[in-house]
Amino acid sequence: MRNLKKRLALVSALALSGAMLAGCGEAAAPATTTAAKAEETTAAAKADETTAAAADNGAAETEAAAPAASADEGKVLNIQVWNDEFINRVTSHYPGYEKVDDTHGKIGDVEVVWTITPSNDNAYQNNLDSVLPSNADAAADSKVDIFLVEADYALKYVDADANVAMKLSDLGITDADLGDQYQYTKDVVTDANGDLRGASWQACSAGLIYNRDIAKEVIGSDDPAEVQKAVADWATYNDTAKKVADAGYLMTAGYADTFRVYSNNVSAPWVQNGKVVVDANIKQWAEDTKAQVDAGQTTASADLWGDEWAKGFYPAGDTKGVFCYFGPAWFFNFSMHGDDAASIGAKGGWGFTVGPQGHFWGGTWICAANGTDNPTLVKDIILKMTTDKGILKDIATQDSDCVNSKSVLADLSSSADGNLAILGGQNPYAVLAEGAEKVDMSKLSIYDQGCNEEYQKAMKNYFSGAAASYDEALAQFNTAIKEKYPELTTD
Amino acid sequence: MSKSNLVLVPTNKAKSGQIDKLNRWGYIFLIPFMLVFIVFQLIPLVNTLWNSLFENYMSGLKKVGPNFIGLGNYIKLFQEGDLAKYFGNTIIMWILGFIPQITISLLLSAWFTNPMLRLKCQRFFKTVIYLPNLIMASAFAMLFFTMFDTTGPVNGLFIKMGIFKEPYAFLLHVGSTRGLVAFMNCLMWFGNTTILLMAGMMGIPVDLFEAADVDGATPGQVFWKITLPLLRPIFIYVLITSLIGGLQMFDVPQILTNGSGDPMRTSMTLIMFLNKHLFSKNYGMAGALSVLLLIVTGVLSFIVFRMTAQDEVKKNRR
Repeated sequence: MRNLKKRLALVSALALSGAMLAGCGEAAAPATTTAAKAEETTAAAKADETTAAAADNGAAETEAAAPAASADEGKVLNIQVWNDEFINRVTSHYPGYEKVDDTHGKIGDVEVVWTITPSNDNAYQNNLDSVLPSNADAAADSKVDIFLVEADYALKYVDADANVAMKLSDLGITDADLGDQYQYTKDVVTDANGDLRGASWQACSAGLIYNRDIAKEVIGSDDPAEVQKAVADWATYNDTAKKVADAGYLMTAGYADTFRVYSNNVSAPWVQNGKVVVDANIKQWAEDTKAQVDAGQTTASADLWGDEWAKGFYPAGDTKGVFCYFGPAWFFNFSMHGDDAASIGAKGGWGFTVGPQGHFWGGTWICAANGTDNPTLVKDIILKMTTDKGILKDIATQDSDCVNSKSVLADLSSSADGNLAILGGQNPYAVLAEGAEKVDMSKLSIYDQGCNEEYQKAMKNYFSGAAASYDEALAQFNTAIKEKYPELTTD
Repeated sequence: MSKSNLVLVPTNKAKSGQIDKLNRWGYIFLIPFMLVFIVFQLIPLVNTLWNSLFENYMSGLKKVGPNFIGLGNYIKLFQEGDLAKYFGNTIIMWILGFIPQITISLLLSAWFTNPMLRLKCQRFFKTVIYLPNLIMASAFAMLFFTMFDTTGPVNGLFIKMGIFKEPYAFLLHVGSTRGLVAFMNCLMWFGNTTILLMAGMMGIPVDLFEAADVDGATPGQVFWKITLPLLRPIFIYVLITSLIGGLQMFDVPQILTNGSGDPMRTSMTLIMFLNKHLFSKNYGMAGALSVLLLIVTGVLSFIVFRMTAQDEVKKNRR
């Protein structure tokens, strides 16, 4: 009997909860209607937005705070980044941005959430790969609105078939808005159909950054024109390296420093018809660097960004001084420890010149994620950060960034605003602007990042002597490529 | 072992029914384990086996496959991958670490359990030797990476002491890289092994030691003739778990070499090789490699067990 009672109780409880659920269903119905209404309002807002955009174009210089239309859009702006560079740029330059903490901020009543995933070991891309394809279906507050990409793998994300980055034209950004930007920065984020799917505030043409004291001692002058003569091509560069080593210094801190200079001047992309081809210039890098390591002009142990590599930013002490680094404008500000009073940069001890071959390094492109629920705000951020001349000039002068604006660079190269303290007052902008015009991004492939990384890793073994020959190291490169890209073939 | 040892032989009908009823509870108590086992072990295992028969990976944001290719992944693995090399690396680094580890552990546990020595502060020492195991392996590896860097404190110390003339790049040489990995594994695990061996030693009846003492056995004789033989079951357990752990060695060399397994992939373990297929989300190749690893682990464990437990196997056969 007791059992029966229990069962009855259970059944009635179930019936009750069932009724409750049914109640829920009814309550839900009006909610849907509200949602539908909300959508209508958004559509209306969008119409407003287009007119607003038109007005915006008319007065490009107006510094409006957060656009009003964003009130009807998502309440959370999610931005995917791999370091704090863009966070700092937005914090100091985007009008109306209030910093809450290192990874949170506010623009008007929209909460900004920064997600930092380091790019090591492909972690940043893996993260994008897992969130972007399903972004449209994600919950409103967790939808990615903006993600950043680098040149090495930009093609993967601006691909028309993948369709994870919005066309800028769909956001309402026109070619006229971007007229002042360098062509190569657009080529990087243009898909196969010719649609632009991103924009950058940086033009990252790079050059050779040399230690002025060592230049005076070895070359006899720290004047950029004189130094350029000593590093004008690889033959003279290698001769200078000998002199630098004889004087007790390193030419470059590590084996990888010169890699991009060689790899940017290749005659063909890494992958042709599904096959990885090592370009002659890239092989030349391996040979030149091997000779330099063996002669003690550089090291096989200092990896880019490592502690040993960064020692060269400080005056020689326990370790040898370093004559030069290769880098673009962001390098001055971001990498050379200029904010540390003990560094060479803080005393203005660096000089800048073109170097043996023109090249570029990195750069960050802003893409609007397909499925974003904050299109107005995203559009405004892209426009402000990449086309607003006032902001770009601030970025150039305050952060020593080389900005993606022909007129701002022309301005800076002829004004004292462009004199950089870290370079001892030298104005690098004429050299940078000239370089940015020359950069050619037509040799890109979506496999560049993996190929560049694995080639350097494999060749490190050749330089250190762990691999007996170039071919042995090359075999390891081929193995690594087949692991990363099973669809590719190698020699 | 036959089942009759476990179940009581029924003497009459009523009793047998009761035992059957009790047995049923045994199965019911097993359900939670079986559920967890099936969901988290068996299904993934079968899934891995199934996946290993397909070509299935990502190229950028595009998916290739799944296409059924039978044993294609296995063939590719043997043809292209330096499977034997990575297996060799793993075993070498494991042995390099395990020999000092087991030696130190045996010595320490013999000292700790020896009633004649009456060591003071035993608790403190047991805690201290276990501590390295509490640190995350990756943090530990990061620490060593920084310490043994060319600009790190170890090089600085040796140069100041006059042992090195210039910084020695530990991670550019095969011996020092493998040695570091082995040293770290040894340091992390000898405390754990010591505790296990101590438990085994304390389970040996004290009267055996006393009798040996009365008969005038030396401490060496006691260790080799009494402690070790009676420790065998625990010893086998330690050996097999350590072997399996060793075959799955990953985090320490991965972090130490930044995933490259350099110089020339001489410190790349099997699991690091497996991890390389993560880049392209290559389920097929990774699955095939996992299945091979399962077989190798099984076979090796079986061999170790047969070798060290021969007597017991024979006894049970009789």
